[in-house]
This record gives sequence, C-alpha cells and structure tokens, in this order.
Amino acid sequence: MRLGFDPRRDPRKILIWTLVALGGIVMIMPFLFMISTSLKGRGEVYDLRLIPLAPTLENYAYLFRESRFLRWFLNSFAIASISTVSVLFFDSLAGYVLCKYKFKGRQVVFVAILSTLMIPTEMLVIPWYVMSKNLGWLNTYWGIMFPGMITGFGVFLMKQFFETVPDALIDAARIDGLSEFRIFWEVALPLVTPALSALAIFTFLGSWTAFLWPLIVTNSASNYTVPVGLASFSGEFSTEWNMIMTGAAVATIPTLVVFILLQKYIIRGVILSGVKG
Amino acid sequence: MRAWYRSRTVGQKQAVWAWIFLALPLFFFCAIRLFPTSYTAYVSLTDWNLLRPKNYIGFANYLRLWNDPVFWQVFWNTFKYLAIGMPISLVLSFMVAYYLDQVRFLQGTIRALYFIPFLTTAAAMAWVWRWFYQPVPIGIFNLMLVDMGFSQQPFLRSTTQALGSILAPAIWAGLGFQVVIFLAGLRAIPETYYEAARIDGVGRWTILKEITLPLLRPTILFLVVVSSIGFLRIFDKVYNMTVDGKGGPLNTTRPLVLNIYQLAFTDYRMGYAAAQTMVLFVVLLAVTAIQLRALRSK
Repeated sequence: MRLGFDPRRDPRKILIWTLVALGGIVMIMPFLFMISTSLKGRGEVYDLRLIPLAPTLENYAYLFRESRFLRWFLNSFAIASISTVSVLFFDSLAGYVLCKYKFKGRQVVFVAILSTLMIPTEMLVIPWYVMSKNLGWLNTYWGIMFPGMITGFGVFLMKQFFETVPDALIDAARIDGLSEFRIFWEVALPLVTPALSALAIFTFLGSWTAFLWPLIVTNSASNYTVPVGLASFSGEFSTEWNMIMTGAAVATIPTLVVFILLQKYIIRGVILSGVKG
Repeated sequence: MRAWYRSRTVGQKQAVWAWIFLALPLFFFCAIRLFPTSYTAYVSLTDWNLLRPKNYIGFANYLRLWNDPVFWQVFWNTFKYLAIGMPISLVLSFMVAYYLDQVRFLQGTIRALYFIPFLTTAAAMAWVWRWFYQPVPIGIFNLMLVDMGFSQQPFLRSTTQALGSILAPAIWAGLGFQVVIFLAGLRAIPETYYEAARIDGVGRWTILKEITLPLLRPTILFLVVVSSIGFLRIFDKVYNMTVDGKGGPLNTTRPLVLNIYQLAFTDYRMGYAAAQTMVLFVVLLAVTAIQLRALRSK
C-alpha cells in the first residue's frame, strides 16, 4: 500500500498521483492569477491568460507611488518583528521557568496561562479598545501590537520543548556558578532552537496576517497594517482589479517567501504544535 | 538583601527567581487576557455606548438579543458556515491526505501546494476570490460558465449564493492545515496493522473503515474542533468580500463576529455587542468541552 511510486507496477498510483497533483495546482491557482494580473497593463486585465503578453511592473510602481502601501508594509514589518522578538523572549522564559523550576504555585500559574488559550480575540477587543482609548494607544504601533507581546500558545510550546533539556545540564551550570538568567540564556535556550524557529515563524506570520484588531485600533491611513490598508485601498479602487491584485500580491508575497524558504520548519512546527496542542 | 538571598536554601532561591522571571508575563496575562474577559462579561450587563457612563441593566441585553431577528439571522448564518464548511473541509482534506499518503513521488511538494493558502494573508485572498466572482467580462468563474454554455451566476450579489461563495475560499484556505495534520496522523499508524490486514486478504475499503479511521479518531476530533472554531470565528473573508464589509446582501452572509464588530465599533453599542460576544464565547467553550469529553471517553 505504501510502496514507492512505480508506474509500471501500479497504474492505479499514476491516476491517484495525477489527481492529487492536479488538486494541488488548483489550490495555488488564485496565487497565479493574482500575480499574473498584477503584472498586466490596464488594457490586458480582461484577458485571462496566465502569462501576460507584455508583463510590466507599472502597477507596482503606481501602487507604491500613489498609495501608502510602502508605509503599510513598513508598519506591518516593524510590528511583526517587534512582536516576534518579544514573544520569543518572554514565552521561552516563562516556558523555561514553568518547566524547570520547582516552586509553590507553579501548577496554578501554568493552568492560568493555559486557560488564556481558550479566550478568543473577539472576546477581548472591546476591553482592549477601551484600554487603548483611555491610555492613548489608539493609532499607535504599541496599540496594534500590545495584545500579542506574549502568547499562551508560545509559553505552552516552549514548556513542552524544555522537557527535552536534561535537568543535569542545568544543575551542572548552577554548580559552575552561572547566574540563573545566564543558565536560561546560554545553556537551555540554545538547545531548543528548532522550537524557537517554529514559534518565530508562526508569530511573524500571525502578526503579518492579523486583521480584526488592527482594523479596530487604527483609524488613520498612515497607521494601517498591510491587510487593513489593503481592505481600505481595495474598497476605494473597487473596479481597478489589476491594482487590487497588485495590492493583494504585495500583502501575500512576504508570506510566500517565508514559506518557500522555511517550509520544512513550518510543516514540522504545525505537526508538533498541532498534534500536541 | 544580598545576605538574605545567600541564606536561602536552593529551593527557596529557585522560587525567588521563578517569580522574578514570571512577574512580567503573569502581569501581562492578567491585564491583557484574564481581566478583559471578566470586563466583557461585566459590560454585557450594561447599556454602555462609550458616550455616557455605564448603567447596570441586568440581563436586558440578553433579553434583547433573544428578541432580535438580526441576531438570530446572524447566529443562523454562523451555524451555516460551521455546519457546511466543517464537514466539507474535513472530508476533502482527508481524501487528499489519504491518497497523498499512498504516493511518494514529489509528496512534499504537493503537500506544500495544498498548504500555501493556509499561511497567506486572508484579507488579500478574499479580494482575489471576490474578483473571481465578478460578472462577465471580469470574473473568471462566470467567464468559464459562459464558455461552457451555462448562464452567468450572481454569486456574491445573490442572497442565496453569497454565503456559499464566501465559504469556498474559507474551506480552500484551511484545507492545507488539515491535510498536514491528517498526513501526520496517517503516518503514525504502524505499518504492521496494514500488513496483517493484507495477509488476511482484507480489501482496501475495509482497511480504511476498520483500521485507518478508528485509529485516526484523536486526529479527526482535533480537526473537528479546530475547524469548527475557525468557522465560528469567520470574519476577515466576509468583511473583505461583501460591499463595505457589511455582510450583505441583506445580512445573508453576516456572521456573529462581524455583527459584534459592527455593533461595537460602528454603532458603539458596547453593552449589546459584549452580550453577543458572551454568546460566542459560550459556544466556543462548549465545542472545546465536547472535544475533551469525547477524547476522555476513549
């Protein structure tokens, strides 16, 4: 049943392979059409062939010149980067403590953090909005990113991974006189880099694609993130589909690049966190 | 201070450091997650509209939503997203994973093709699909229909077709994640089970029904819950695929989250929006609780 692919021996497998592969190509058709249309000039938009007759970067030039996409891109990039660094640091620190320290109340803390996983964003946006309004965080980077600076998912993931770090190693470092923070930073953390890379990718992509909260907390165009900017831009340009597709491509291409470069880590990370979480 | 620290036992020193390291994360979780949850519950019992001070009005908001036809319509829409989307996406992703598991040639690449939509910006993809649904000569679906001799369809402009038209990209986007998880589950089934079955001369269909599916039960349950929660929280796609993000035509595609968003951040009816949020929260908790129970029963 799980033999290698040998067409001569099993024609049924050719059929299966062809169907599954065709399905995969259908899955990425929207991307192909999006990118192809973003490379078409105004006159060619209604022509649905996949390879543009006269590919041009005119739409991209126009987009970056006439709209604030460049600004939104930088906003998204800064916000996603800062959130990722913060999540990596605090989630791994908290996960490490919950895994490796024995102290009263550990279980309570862990359950409390775990329970936050059950609370969806939708439940929190009203209080977050009120909080941001009262503290002057509306329309600021901090306002967009503060809810995601530490995540329960990451704490849980890192705690699981620190189980693989032997206690003896930490005790040895302690006997050598390393400070508690340096044990975490120099001994334990380097041993969980696969988990850190998975967490980094998920956090970055999650922040890049986030929609509901950035939509609520920003109300001036210069503070939009890419998805929110795209929604407002597309609403205005509602008939110029080549421009909308160009905007969609700008919003999507970074995620595609991340995926193509880091595919292996991403799939492994999904399986580990998905199956365990 | 230093002398006090030195005189502690190893265990006490550890506890001190544990709380120092946990202080900020704990403060964060209390201030940003746990406290706001109770705050939403409290707001749902008030008539607050951001302008004037809140008045406690007991369960009046819940009584109002019980009698609010829009709420029931939205609730029903959300249920439709779940009841149609979840089974279709699970069956499709299982079929893909089941067959993909049987071929080795370029398996990783094909899996990647299915997975890509899951990672990309949902808002952007919603616009791509919105473009696909446009009438002739813009939208590809209608062009294909006309080419094949069928009549044009209104898709997003129709009260009967719009919900399904939004559901399609939602299923498309989530499929790859489920395929990856199903594949992992399929690979975890020991080869010996299949060999034993084959030696006994059991057919493919029986193997699937008697071995594969029962052994995949935890995976299936996990995916049922994850995808149910995903469909219950649908928002980005509807916001970006309907005119002005209103969930039209005539609210026929508007899900609960979009309704909450509109109530809270366009109409500023915070109290009423909070009450609807509580309903969503309870539904999500119930779905998770059912999973935990089902897992424990086996």
